[in-house]
Amino acid sequence: MEPGSGKTRRAALQQSLALAGWLAGAGLLPNTAVAQAAASEWNAAAFGAHTLETVLLALGATRPTLSDEVVLTIPDLADNGAVVPVGISTSLPGVRRIVLLVEKNPTMLVAVFEISDAIDADVALRIKMAESSNVYAAAMLADGRVLYAVKDVQVTLGSCGT
Amino acid sequence: MGQPSRIRATAQGIGAVVRVLMTHEMESGQRRDATGNAVPAWHITELTASLEGKPVLTAQWGPGVSANPFLQFRLKNAKAGDRVGIAWKDNRGDSRSDEAVVG
Repeated sequence: MEPGSGKTRRAALQQSLALAGWLAGAGLLPNTAVAQAAASEWNAAAFGAHTLETVLLALGATRPTLSDEVVLTIPDLADNGAVVPVGISTSLPGVRRIVLLVEKNPTMLVAVFEISDAIDADVALRIKMAESSNVYAAAMLADGRVLYAVKDVQVTLGSCGT
Repeated sequence: MGQPSRIRATAQGIGAVVRVLMTHEMESGQRRDATGNAVPAWHITELTASLEGKPVLTAQWGPGVSANPFLQFRLKNAKAGDRVGIAWKDNRGDSRSDEAVVG
């Protein structure tokens, strides 16, 4: 599934649902009770989630939409999986939360940023990648929308057990 | 108490770019040591960035953030002399808080 290159509606929809499943399973969709409880302390459930089985659970929830307005900056080819530079930015107003996921990491959820009005929705960090994988960046807006970007990253030397 | 974080905050226009380099193992919990025992996860879980003592960015991190984590973000409104603080906690209960001045 290559986003942007002859992607079918079906493929896009499936990807969106899969992401919804993760986010809901991880208690990260804004309208789940878990998300509210987790806002202030480390969300062990979110970081422990690593299956797609919660997709069904998420069907009633806000569906993440693939969007050009979320910019995920990451190399196509990462030589060293232990240190992969990532940038996530968007010019959309009212960004409350930025979420970064690596599909094939043992712990899928890498980071959750709570964005205040005092900073731009523009963060960068370095992450570990166990193997080549899709990387997802999702922006959750104040109006309830969840927009995401995805990029397939090839890793030459995987981080030895992320 | 961990090692100090290196913080560089550079004024740009009306805002500032903040770059932080923290010192932390960020052990994933997936590795085994030479004797084959699993090395327990040890990583920063919560991070708070503040401007003049007021929180502007909080984050929750898993073990997927690189060792000696680097973080960059942009303050919308900051001027030279403002204090930028970075505080973190890890899953062993250790914590660290550092400050720098926008230059």
